[in-house]
Amino acid sequence: MSLELRNVEKKIGQETHIYETNLKLEKNTINVLLGSTLAGKTTLMQIMAGLDKPTNGEIWFNEKNVTGVKVQKRNVSMVYQQFINYPNFNVYDNIASPLKITGVDSNEIKNRVGKVAELLKLSPMLNKRPNELSGGQQQRTALARALVKDSDLILLDEPLANLDFKLREELREELPKLFEDRDCIVVYATTEPSDALLIGGYTATLLEGKIVQHGKTLEVYNKPNSLQSAQVFSDPPMNIAKIKKEGDVCSLISDDVSWKINSKLKDGEYKVGIRPHNITTYKEGPNSLEISGKVLISELSGSESLIHFTNGDLNWVSLSNGIHQKNVGEQTKLFMNSDEFLYFDVSNKLVNNV
Amino acid sequence: MNKTVNQKAWLFVIPVFVLVAFNAIIPLMTVVNYAFQETFGNNVFMWEGTRWFKQILLSDRFHAALGRQILFTLIILFIQIPLGIFIALTMPKEGIGVSVCLVLMSMPLLIPWNVVGAMWNIFALPDIGFLGHSLNALGFDYNFTQQSGDAWFTTVLMDVWHWTSLVVLLSYAGLRSIQPAYYQAAEIDGASRWSVFRHIELPKMKKVLTIAILLRFMDSFMIYTEPFVLTGGGPGNATAFLSIDLVKMALGQFDLGPAAAMSLIYFFIVLTVCWVFYNLMMKNEGQS
Repeated sequence: MSLELRNVEKKIGQETHIYETNLKLEKNTINVLLGSTLAGKTTLMQIMAGLDKPTNGEIWFNEKNVTGVKVQKRNVSMVYQQFINYPNFNVYDNIASPLKITGVDSNEIKNRVGKVAELLKLSPMLNKRPNELSGGQQQRTALARALVKDSDLILLDEPLANLDFKLREELREELPKLFEDRDCIVVYATTEPSDALLIGGYTATLLEGKIVQHGKTLEVYNKPNSLQSAQVFSDPPMNIAKIKKEGDVCSLISDDVSWKINSKLKDGEYKVGIRPHNITTYKEGPNSLEISGKVLISELSGSESLIHFTNGDLNWVSLSNGIHQKNVGEQTKLFMNSDEFLYFDVSNKLVNNV
Repeated sequence: MNKTVNQKAWLFVIPVFVLVAFNAIIPLMTVVNYAFQETFGNNVFMWEGTRWFKQILLSDRFHAALGRQILFTLIILFIQIPLGIFIALTMPKEGIGVSVCLVLMSMPLLIPWNVVGAMWNIFALPDIGFLGHSLNALGFDYNFTQQSGDAWFTTVLMDVWHWTSLVVLLSYAGLRSIQPAYYQAAEIDGASRWSVFRHIELPKMKKVLTIAILLRFMDSFMIYTEPFVLTGGGPGNATAFLSIDLVKMALGQFDLGPAAAMSLIYFFIVLTVCWVFYNLMMKNEGQS
């Protein structure tokens, strides 16, 4: 089983929503579509589902061309950001609805709904109607409806975005388990890099209607093919600076920070990308570099400290473990872990042989 | 905590209190006052207790008017609500058509009620009216001023023309507030058009429809101006609905006591029906 987009393109009027895309999703995988709002995640999912037709290109499922085949005939299910359930059905009937329409035997329905409800912890509230449930429970019901069908393709369009923090964390941890041992392809759209890392599987980074990179989630995270992909997959945003390489010494162009690298790269100008958690208030690893900065904002997020600072024309963010209070305007010293630097050339491609 | 005592605040309530007193409490109390007394003019009143209420509740005339009124309201609701929903469902969802439809739909609502009555009176006249003349030319024996069936037909048609748009506009607003994802989810399930209407659109429109039904119930149950101008309650008493009958009794015959008693009964019927209906509809709505 596989789902393949071949040269898929979507235009509405003069506007291109999806640029020519090739993507192959394999059997029994979870695939995260990671990108900001309006990057084209929803459009791409609707094309995958068959809710929308591509302007050009083809969709192949199981080595069959299914472009133009209606969604009802594709055995697809979808969960949305909004909690979509039938308002006048109770939870049981909501979960059972896709089965009833396809005419599954009523004992079988009872059996399957019972199992899915158990899995999603909905058993105690099978007789309640959606408006009597919390947001989390409503979304669980919607998930149960998607799971009960044994679809070949399950699409989740930012399913956790409308939940409050605690419920989101809770459901996010359960999600990967729900799809274990299922014979299907799961596509999960999200704006949050942390979602992708937690879910694992495969990730495709999307930027302005283009898929920048597709691969195993950790590989995409550790070895982004370009600056764009790295930026999409970094929250808080990645810190970027121009650097100069001469011999085996690299130095920031805007400040007199320099470090040694072992590389056969040609001398010249490059860009360095540093994830916020690799700039900390304490030394990490033997190759820490000191950088000074003026504190712009200092905020606590749980047990982590975010410090926004400036250094010349650099406007960076650092993320340290533990509580580190800084005063706004204060000059401070921070440490960059140069082992974790990502190097890009002037055309924003990752430089591999570092 | 120390509360500031400032009795001047009461001054600010006075205007509202005076307004409500003049437009609601005092007139209502006057009616209540009349309902229990008899007068022959000259400001001489005699206590009658509940006599007028008994008289009205037992009178054939009131029963007939109430019967006509209930029948009229039921017909109106059974035509206007489904028709309004149907039109709202077929209205365009985007583009220039939306504004065109909305403006066209609002037009009848903007016309003063007695103008509507006068328009339809002329429109339906069997000799010179377009509708009346055409119907007769087509071979129908149509004369709303003489045949009660025709008078009913014309009154209902007029009210449907005048008020269906209100239901359309409310239903349309309700439909537009349904997120597109609901339709997509139903499409994925393979739900039929009827299921989408029955299980998504109708439940999502429940609140606006409750309001639409309440408004249409109240307005049609208290209808006066349009049938008064169109038929004057005739022929005979065929279209003398409650309020037309009430005005006849109060002003035509100057039976202030019975008319006041009838007003109160009328008022309580409307109030009770609305209250019961609203509570039934909202019973299972929960917090959301």
